[in-house]
This record gives sequence, structure tokens and C-alpha cells, in this order.
Amino acid sequence: MKKYLVTTAIYSLLLKSALMAQIDGNVVKPYKADLLLQNADLYTITQGVLEDTDLLIKEGKIAAIGKDLSPQNYQVLDCSGKLIYPGFIDGGTSLGLVEVNSLPETQDYMELGKLTPQMQALTAVNPNAVAIPVTRVSGVTTVFTQPRGGYFPGTAALIQLNGYTPDQMDAGFRAVIMNFPSAAKSGSYDSRTEETIQKEAEKKRDEINDMLDKAANYLAIKEKGGELQYYPEMDQLSRVLSGNVPLFIEVNAAGDILDAIEWVKERELDVVFTGVAEGWKVADKLAESEIPVITGPVLSLPARQSDRYDVSYTNPGMLHKAGVRLALRTQDAENVRNLPFHAGFAAAYGLGVEEALKAITIHAAEIFRVDDKLGSLEVGKSATLFIADGDPFEPKTQVSQVFIDGYRIPMTNRHIRLYQEFLDREMKPSE
Amino acid sequence: MQKKTYLSCIGIFWILLAGRAQQHSRADLLIKNAKVLTITNGLLENTDVLVRDGIIRQIGSDINVPGQVPTIDASGKYLMPGIIDAHSHLALEVINESSSPITAEVRMRDVVDPFDVGIYRALAGGTTVSHAMHGSANAIGGQNVTLKHRYGTRDPENLVMKDAPRTIKFALGENPTRVHGRGKNLQPRSRMGVEAVIRNGFEEALQYKKAWEEWHESEENKEKLMVPPVYNSRLETLVDILEGEIIIHCHSYRADEIYMLIQVCREYGIDKIVFSHVNEGFKVAPELAKYTMGASVFADWWAYKFEVYYSTAYNAAILTKNGVITSINSDSAELIRHLYHEAAKTQRYGELTDEEALALITINPARQLGIDHLVGSIEVGKQADLVLFDGHPLSIYAVPQMTWIDGVKYFDRENDAADQRLKVNAEESLEPIYLHTEHHNCMRDVDFYFTGFGRNLFQHSH
Repeated sequence: MKKYLVTTAIYSLLLKSALMAQIDGNVVKPYKADLLLQNADLYTITQGVLEDTDLLIKEGKIAAIGKDLSPQNYQVLDCSGKLIYPGFIDGGTSLGLVEVNSLPETQDYMELGKLTPQMQALTAVNPNAVAIPVTRVSGVTTVFTQPRGGYFPGTAALIQLNGYTPDQMDAGFRAVIMNFPSAAKSGSYDSRTEETIQKEAEKKRDEINDMLDKAANYLAIKEKGGELQYYPEMDQLSRVLSGNVPLFIEVNAAGDILDAIEWVKERELDVVFTGVAEGWKVADKLAESEIPVITGPVLSLPARQSDRYDVSYTNPGMLHKAGVRLALRTQDAENVRNLPFHAGFAAAYGLGVEEALKAITIHAAEIFRVDDKLGSLEVGKSATLFIADGDPFEPKTQVSQVFIDGYRIPMTNRHIRLYQEFLDREMKPSE
Repeated sequence: MQKKTYLSCIGIFWILLAGRAQQHSRADLLIKNAKVLTITNGLLENTDVLVRDGIIRQIGSDINVPGQVPTIDASGKYLMPGIIDAHSHLALEVINESSSPITAEVRMRDVVDPFDVGIYRALAGGTTVSHAMHGSANAIGGQNVTLKHRYGTRDPENLVMKDAPRTIKFALGENPTRVHGRGKNLQPRSRMGVEAVIRNGFEEALQYKKAWEEWHESEENKEKLMVPPVYNSRLETLVDILEGEIIIHCHSYRADEIYMLIQVCREYGIDKIVFSHVNEGFKVAPELAKYTMGASVFADWWAYKFEVYYSTAYNAAILTKNGVITSINSDSAELIRHLYHEAAKTQRYGELTDEEALALITINPARQLGIDHLVGSIEVGKQADLVLFDGHPLSIYAVPQMTWIDGVKYFDRENDAADQRLKVNAEESLEPIYLHTEHHNCMRDVDFYFTGFGRNLFQHSH
């Protein structure tokens, strides 16, 4: 009887709390898990494919790789028939810096002025951008997110797509962005004469040279311990000149690329070229310069009307063949999830699957100087990886689990929740 | 002097006449041993397809024909019907006539530009038919034109698919309210106003129709002969919509506005309506299935403007599984080059079957354009618009090899020259470079109204 009363009391309490609850449903959060992934095919990138092999995730890192690792106290995830890849890295996006692109209130990728290298993308990254969970379930775990506009729009940051604060997302790499002034005619709305275009480009390049000369003075004074007033623009540029922060130069037209190569040589700068849409035209010169390249979007129109229809698809392959060090980018925000498809097109049109994989894993990690922790499946590296049921470049492949720095990422986002809610609506139209 | 002018006039006349008289070509073709993705009858392994005079005449094994028929050995390759894009702005000189919230009288057929190299690039991606649409500035825009990508002709009429029915562009939501309401202080300023503009248009058309009917009646009765109404091509077009002679293709995003137009159309007895873009179509999928000719969607575009913020890449899958006729469109000179890849994305987002995914870019858009009896599948009697891929078209690694329209080859990856421009400006020594802009065209020609509304509207303005 007593027992019955107690049970009733418990039940009525439960019922009461259930009735009083104002919130339904469960929230799935990322959580750190030590986990043994068993019997997968590991696409290590740096050590080939290890078939039917185990991988141990411990304290955020890949703690062991091998056959028949003993589970001991670890939770085990059976990955038979599954493939494991290191997380994909997008070499150029504005992810987190924009929410809805037509609404200026939600655009945080562009400051006023031509010279704003001290603007930090990481400051404006919104860790709760709806596009972040939409992106990472595709296996894209890491992106370079960058400001744009002007000559020196700001400092871009490499971020992991998990974390509650920008610092938690920080993947440990920054670079100052520069737009190389173009001497090309830009689109059908550019009505300037050839001469004007050339003159204007030269004028802008002179302005940039002046800025860097000024920064060199600033650096000289700084190094000699001189007293300097607060001048954040010059302070950041001086870090570029002293080699503490690399410079990423956006340059696309063939002629501009050649000019930029010469310019970089003269100024003795440590740079990476981005965009490089017409790189295929000057691939040998690029290779000779040994400047690494982040190219893309691959799924884009050829730059010129006269170009062969597929030059954007074949550009990465042609650059690779010439010997250029290469990573890829989507230059997107909400559809960074398409990075594997950009890589797939590059693979199909000359780059090959293996090189395309490297371009969005280890080669990107090298260019971003984080290859000690990202870009391949190796013991000691970050457990930033994903499990798929097939080739991740193929659209029909499903990614079943993503890990970022050992955090197990919830395989959901707003797109998926809308699917779950509306696939089979309860209320149907009446007759 | 006068005689010279006279002679040159005759010359011009003959040139014009020759251009007019030039019929688009049809050809014979035999494709051997292909894996044929028929769309309507599954995958046929090791199959031959015979084309005579631009029409598919025979599908089978070991077809042999006497005489000389151009023959393609397609062993190991996949043959599918030419891809159809139900929403495009390719090959158009202008896109928006944004002078009024209703411009039903204008016709895209009058502004077809055969020199657009984008047509060739679409062919190189296997797209043979596109629906060249008016823009989305107006609640009721202009009449669209269905094109066959017969690239190489200098006569716009040769691009027109003459056996396609008439269609017209409608547009709801942000674009018409921005252009007219915010840009010009004219109705519509809100989604309420969009409904009002459309209803007013339909009511005016009914009055116009009645006025003509009354006049025709009075014609029979000589004593009561009335003054005829003034001819109005805008209202003529709206009457044709109400009488079911024109298919509406409506630019739309949000579920509420889609539902509104479904209700309005039901009230006026219109059932020929397709919703385009329709990012929130998944929310009203049962209604779209029941009352409309379906939805033509993007595979994954979202968040470029507020009305597409609550989108899902699973839209096409939800619509398909709810029985909505669904297609994937481009609205972009870039996407139209790889619609087969866009369709493949529905296998990641919703796990559609190969058949369902391929239907999104073939027979389904054909149904929405009213041309499914002519194209959209590989069947005997249909027009021979065909694409040959080196792998399965839904694979990321598939590369289109050849494209035919009416049995005539317009694209050949192995043999085509790189520069495919038909017209080069001799005075232009410096060729412009386009960098990832100007792809998206729904709001082209109305950028004037955007000053002060943010700098990215031109880039993202579908």
C-alpha cells in the first residue's frame, strides 16, 4: 500500500511536470567524446588508404590508428563498410560574416576605406550563424573566412566550424588580405578605355606601394624602439613586412597575375595568391614563382566570353600539372557545403581525385600552416574528421558523422529540421 | 543615287527573306550500344537509338540501316534526353519591362539574342531547351519564350521552339514590392498589394472580355451596333490566361504568397500554373500537388535574401514525395551548365532515386512547359534532343561528351574549338573579364531602383 502510494506520488509528479512543461523536444549539442571508430577504410591522405582499420579519438586528438585496437574503456562506433576522411578545408569564404546577403544589416565582411588591414574577421564571425551547422554536416569542418573590399580589407581567419565563441573556433591562422589592382576590363559595364584602365591600375598600385613604404618606415622605427603613435593600419601592415603575418593577394586576370608575381619579387613578400581564375594561362610562371595558390570557385563561369566553356573546371588541374601548390575555395557563405562538389568537378576535369582531395585537406592545411594538426588522419593530429558511406565528392553519398577537435557534431541543422517537419504534413487540404 | 538605294533595299530584302526562310535543320543519327536513360521507361543497357529527320524512330538492339547515317559508337556511355531548364534568362537582350506592375503585353520572343555564348555553354552541359523568362520586377510580367539551343544561327526565330505553348511570368514577394512599392511608391508595397494587383488585373480583363462579347452581340443586331472597345494587348493576354491558353510560371518564395496565388487561381478557374523558385514550397506541398502544375526549384540556393532564409535543400525531395510535379531550374548562366549535378544533389538531400532525380531536369520541366509530348524522354516519336555522358549523369565525375537537338550535333567535347563566339566587336581590343558576377539575372535591367538598398542586390537578385 505504501509502495503504491509512493508510486502514485511519483507518477503524479511526473505527470504534473509533463503537463507544466512549456518546451518540447530535445536539443542535441556537440559533445567531446573518447571513441573508438572500428573497421573503417581510413583515407589518411598522407599515408594512403588503410582498409578495415580502427581509429581512436581521445581528448580531441587522433590517439591511435591500427588494426584491432583494443576497446578497453572506450565507447565503440562500428564503422564497417564506412569511409573516414579528414575534415575538408575551404580556402576562401565569408562564412559567419554574413547571414542574409541582401540585407546590409547582416553583412559584416566589409569596412569603409581602402586601408583597413587591422579589421579582424574573427571579431565579426557569428558562431551561431545558421549556415555553420548547414555547412559542417557535409564534412567541411574548417574554413578560411575573409573580409573583402578596398586594397587591404582586413585580416582573415581560419576557423573550425564548432564553438560558442570566436576564440573557441580559432584554428590558429590569420592572414592579411590584399586586392591586387586589376588592369583588366571588368565586365560589360566597364566603359573605360584601355588607356584609362591601365592608368587607373598603375595609380592604385602606386598607392599600395606608398602604403607599404610607409609601413616599412613604421616597422624600422618600431624595430629601433622608437616611439610610435597609435596607428593600427600601419601596425598590422608592418607585421606583414616583418614576416609575422602572411599576405594573401586576390588576383585573377592573367596579366595581373604576371604583374603581381613581379611585384611580390620586388617587394620580397611572403604571399599566397587567391582567386587566380586565369592561372591556367600563366601556369608555368606561377609554378616558377613558387607562390601557393588558392583557386576557385570551380563551379563558375569562364572569365572571358572567348574562353573554352570548361576553363573554370580545368583551371585547378592545369595549375597542378604545371607544378603549382594548390588549395581550393568556394568563395561562398551559405553554400560552402558545396566544397566537395567543387573539388569533384576539378577532379573530373583534370586534377584527379587524389590531388583534389589533397587540395581541400593537406595542401590547404600546409598553406594555412596548420598541417601539424589538420589535413590528414595521423596520430597526434586533431580529431577533425568525418565518416561517410561512400566517396564524399559524389552527391549521393551520405555523411553519417562529423567530428571537430574531438567534438561529436550533431548531424542536424535547420534544413534537416524543416525536412523532418514538412515531409509528411499532418494537415492536408480538404476537399 | 536613288537607284543605288533602291538596289540595296532589294538586297536587304532578300537577305531578310533568306533568313526568315531558313528552317532549323533536322538530321538522321544512329547511336549504337549506349546505356539509354529513357526517363519514362527505365535504363536500357546496350541499346541503339535511330533518329530520322530529327525524330526518334526506333529504340532497340542491333539496329541496322541501309545507306549513310551518321553513327556514334556509344559503348559504355550514357545517353539521356536533352536537359530542360524551366527558368532561365539565357539569350535575352533585356529581361525586365519594369514600367508597370502588370506588363502582360510584352514578349520575350521579341528580344531573343542568338549571339549569347551562354547558349553554347548550356549545350556543353547537356541543356537543350530553356524557358527564357521575363524578370521578376512585376506582379504580372511579360510573356516568356521556350527556346531550343540551336546555337550558330543568326536568326532569333530559329531558336524559338514553335510547338511550345504560350507561358507568362508572374512574380510575388520582395521583388515586385521593392521595385514598385519602395522604388516608385506604387502598389504593390506589400504582399497584400501583390494579391490586389493580380485580382484587379483579372477583373479588368473580365470586363474587357465582356465588353467585346457585348460588341460582338451587337454586331449581329445591326440596329443596335455599338462602338467597339479599344483593343488592349495587355488585357487580351490576361483574358487568354483566364481562358487557359497561357501557362503561368510564377516567381515565388514564401508559403503564404504561394498559397495566396493558388487560392486566387482556383477562384478564377485557372489550373495552368507552375511555381518557380518556390523555396518554401515544401510547406504547402499538399496544396501544390493538388491544385497546380507543380514547382520548379533550386537544388540548394538559400539565404541570399530574407524571403529565402527559411529554406531547405530538401525542398525538391519533400515536393517529389508529396506528389508535386517538381523540376530543378537554373535562373543562372552558370547553373544551366550543370543541371545534371543540381539534380544529383537531391540524392544527398532526401535520397531521391536515379529515376526521380533525372525526371527533375527532363520530363517534369517538359510537363510544366507543356512540351512533354515532344521532348523530355527518349521515346519513339519524340524530338531527338539527346546528350551523351561518359559516366552516369548523376555522378560528380560525369562529363557531357556530345549534345544533339533534332538529331543535329551542336556540341562535341572532342572536336569543338575553344572560342565559340558568333560575333566579335572588332573595335574592342580589350576583352572584358567577368568574375563571378552577373550570373543571376531575374532582376536585370531594374538595378536603377536599387540605389540605396544595399550593394549586393545586383549580385543576388533572383
